[in-house]
Amino acid sequence: MNPHEDRIPHVQRVYARWLDWGTHIGLAILIGTFVAYVMDLAAPHVSFDQLTRIWSLPVDQYRAAAAAPAGWGWVSLAARGDFMNYVGIAFLALVTIVCYLRALPIFLASGDRVYSLIAAVEIAVLAIAAAGILGGAH
Amino acid sequence: MSRLGLILLALVWAAPAAAADATAVPWWIWPAALFAVSFVLGIVGVLAGVGGGVLFVPIVGGFFPFHLDFVRAAGLLLALSGALSAAPGLLRSGLASMRLAMPLALIGSVTSIAGAMLGLALPTNVVQTALGATILAIVLLMWRAQKSAYPDVPAPDPLGAALRLHGVFHDPAADRDVEWCVHRTPLGLATFAGIGLLAGLFGLGAGWANVPALNLLMGVPLKLSVGTSGFVLSVVDTSAAWVYLNRGAVLPVLVAPSIVGVMLGAKIGGRLLRVVHASTVRKIVIGLLLVAGARALLKGLGIWN
Repeated sequence: MNPHEDRIPHVQRVYARWLDWGTHIGLAILIGTFVAYVMDLAAPHVSFDQLTRIWSLPVDQYRAAAAAPAGWGWVSLAARGDFMNYVGIAFLALVTIVCYLRALPIFLASGDRVYSLIAAVEIAVLAIAAAGILGGAH
Repeated sequence: MSRLGLILLALVWAAPAAAADATAVPWWIWPAALFAVSFVLGIVGVLAGVGGGVLFVPIVGGFFPFHLDFVRAAGLLLALSGALSAAPGLLRSGLASMRLAMPLALIGSVTSIAGAMLGLALPTNVVQTALGATILAIVLLMWRAQKSAYPDVPAPDPLGAALRLHGVFHDPAADRDVEWCVHRTPLGLATFAGIGLLAGLFGLGAGWANVPALNLLMGVPLKLSVGTSGFVLSVVDTSAAWVYLNRGAVLPVLVAPSIVGVMLGAKIGGRLLRVVHASTVRKIVIGLLLVAGARALLKGLGIWN
């Protein structure tokens, strides 16, 4: 327990707690799915032999060669060894959005309109990026 | 430690020949090599205070067989994982200020998305050349950068005051409370816009730029700058990471061993901090970045393929 913790804003402490849990869960999923992938416990969508031949291609050519999906299309392949790893990676990339969603009502309750707006806009920006609206998913 | 530098330099010198025909070696050699290299980068990154991302992209991009699109995505995810892991402790200890970070992270996350889209749209040789030039500029910045433990801020600027970017943090090393406030907030926001663009474009993480911007430009105490930079990174890199993820530029065989290697290396690096001379490590990192930056530049220009 940090003796100076009482001067740290409540919202910051709550954000830290959620971030801590989210990061640990995300990393555990990533490591677990990667072990399953390299141990061949789940067949990959792209075999290792094919992978070594195409991983030097630009991403769009790679996707065409591997018949790999863009955007959230990986969800339909999440049972395959390689795309299973996307679960942990996506989880890690979602943690910040979840933490901001948790912080927003705290800012609103404290009457801090400017930071409520900053948090709301940040959530919108991250959600747009996650949805693949801005050119990510071709 | 200097032997470690020599071994690393020898490895990066020999790697392009092996990378040129990646299919000639068993596939598992590459994730194993990535784990080993990332582990070492994690150690030296912590010891030199630069994080692993800025070393990872030019070294792996220059000396491993993966396309730069995948390496940039992995660099971002690696920096993101490190920032996410460090941020809770920094926020709880008060060594990061969420209030200070949020406006900077917002503008940085918008521009990092633009940077990631730009990086995926530009020809590879252009991105590679620009990456090389940027890495060499970072070497210059590291060589010449000064730091100020407690910068003098005569008066907060109106925007910083309106956002209430001020506070008190406890410096555990000095065992004293330090009052802080910021100045030049509009210039700071513009700088973080540029840093976000570079982070998204090259997948470098951005601790190397965040800390000087907070400390030297905005007048934030050094320790608070380092901690707040980690929090900003966790938000900015998330935005850009989604662009790469949605484009399908994430190779698990590249990402997972790199993240685990860097995080384990960073833990060892943290323990070595007490016994290793920071100036020696700094010279090794500058040497590695010089070689990797030159390699990226020459590869981009088609001189050293």
